Amino acid sequence: MSQILVEALAKTYRVAERAPGLSGALSGLVRRRWREVHALAGVSFSLEAGELLAFIGPNGAGKSTTVKILSGILRPTSGRVEVGGLVPYEDRIRHVARIGVVFGQRSQLWWDLPVLDGFDLLADIYRVEPARYRKRRDELVSMLRLEPLLAQPVRQLSLGQRMRAEFAAALLHDPQILFLDEPTIGLDAPSKLAVREFVRRLNREQGVTVLLTTHDMHDVEALAERVIVIGHGRVLTDSPFASLRSGVFAERRLHVDFAGPAPEITMPGVTVRSRDEGSLELAFNPADIPAPQLIAAITAQHAVDDIHVDEVAIEEVIARFYDLHDAREA
Amino acid sequence: MAPLRPYLAAFRARFQLLLEYRVAALAGFATQLWWGGIRIMVFAAFYGAHAAAAPISLADAITYVWLGQALLALQPWSADPEIGHAVRTGGVGYDSLRPLDAYGFWYARSLGWMLARALPRAVLMVLFAGFVLPLVGLGEWAWRPPSSLEAALLFIPAFVLMAALAAAVLMLANIVVAATLNERGVNSILTPVVIVFSGSMLPLNFYPKAWQSWLHLQPLAGIVDVPFRIYFADLHGGAALQGLALQAGWTLVLVAIGRLAMARMMRRLEMQGG
Repeated sequence: MSQILVEALAKTYRVAERAPGLSGALSGLVRRRWREVHALAGVSFSLEAGELLAFIGPNGAGKSTTVKILSGILRPTSGRVEVGGLVPYEDRIRHVARIGVVFGQRSQLWWDLPVLDGFDLLADIYRVEPARYRKRRDELVSMLRLEPLLAQPVRQLSLGQRMRAEFAAALLHDPQILFLDEPTIGLDAPSKLAVREFVRRLNREQGVTVLLTTHDMHDVEALAERVIVIGHGRVLTDSPFASLRSGVFAERRLHVDFAGPAPEITMPGVTVRSRDEGSLELAFNPADIPAPQLIAAITAQHAVDDIHVDEVAIEEVIARFYDLHDAREA
Repeated sequence: MAPLRPYLAAFRARFQLLLEYRVAALAGFATQLWWGGIRIMVFAAFYGAHAAAAPISLADAITYVWLGQALLALQPWSADPEIGHAVRTGGVGYDSLRPLDAYGFWYARSLGWMLARALPRAVLMVLFAGFVLPLVGLGEWAWRPPSSLEAALLFIPAFVLMAALAAAVLMLANIVVAATLNERGVNSILTPVVIVFSGSMLPLNFYPKAWQSWLHLQPLAGIVDVPFRIYFADLHGGAALQGLALQAGWTLVLVAIGRLAMARMMRRLEMQGG
């Protein structure tokens, strides 16, 4: 049986709406109009124990709403959710005792207390037996290199240090499922690497099931075997990362600055995305024409000042997904 | 104690943190001392003119004022600011990620908040009004010890129930704050109601005769009037036990109402954004 089962999940918010200006405000007093916002419009997927799944999609796509429902703090409008055999929002207390959650934009530690005091409090709150707690805490402290931070109040930590402490805080009660909502947001490169490395070890070595949302394609690349792209409250695609790569994600961009005016380039598998006076942005698929071959072909025929290869930005990938799935908002 | 471990931790976290704010405790003490002095002067003027009409002696009235000033932070006249903050920032979501009874979790934190603010100021007030004033020859304006051993012993449960009841009232305010996403409305109603009907402004016996029967039965009486009158034995024997029963009864009723209201509110709560 799947560890996480989601079927036809829907969540509709009611948002009060009024016409702008004073007359709108006055008529809003008399009669309020409501608009329905479908944050989720029928999401289904399942996850086996020990899997690592990444949720990607733009702001407002429904990623966080899904995580909030799965973690038991939001109730769906309709649909079915089971996590480890429990319905999160029906059996909240038993459910949340078995999961760990990290929201990248929030802190669950006590701002004014030293990190270690926060850990002690969480051990009490989760009723972790003292000997087990010490063992688990020491393990997490060494994995996340937290020793030098333990005596510092949380408010004095840098964002990167704080996120490491947040990860430990979410795992002190040894949950088998971990939900991460944008865990690398705002982090510098070394901190992102540290977070990814930690999540990978947790998943591979300790078998923790991980569901993460992110905007960072590098997170996905480094971590996930499986990716769900979500947009407008629907699953646009649910596939192994490898097959996503070979489709839309495989497209690369080549930026070329020419010594003179930008020439016409016609090569099979290569399209010109934009041009200005002395430069071109080309789209190509490395499966059709490998980057070295393309670069060699261009530099052989033209004088080139500078050249670099880019990946497609996630926003663009998602936008293309919308077009493919006819899901773009009016 | 094992089942209570998480709730004690929530209480402890709040309590420890606030004890760090020593300047706030000193400032609170100074303010409450100032107001205590003014209220005592008002009482003195009243007793000078109408001593015969007064329901309690001036000495008891003075002790009543000092007790009230010392324990002012235990009066639930404004909702717990942490709740308002958590509601606005979405921290409430994290609260429901804890494997705890939501009402109990908030209750423990709010009780910790009240006691941590009240206790340091109360200690300073006892030292000043109970010991310094007599030493400098102002004994008639001093905070007197409990009137008898019986009064002292009865005041212990009365104090515990006073805190429990105050936290139950505070929880109702917290729940309204969470439901309306704003604490101003609640506080502007709560503050005058609590000050008047708890007996914080005046002992309830000073109000018109016709009001007496219901004034002494309403819940807020258990927060100031009842425990303080037990302290100086204005309520003693059976009457004191009745007072304790009133405190305990209202605590149970308000906790029950609070739990229902909280369960409803949590179901309706939407976490938006992101």
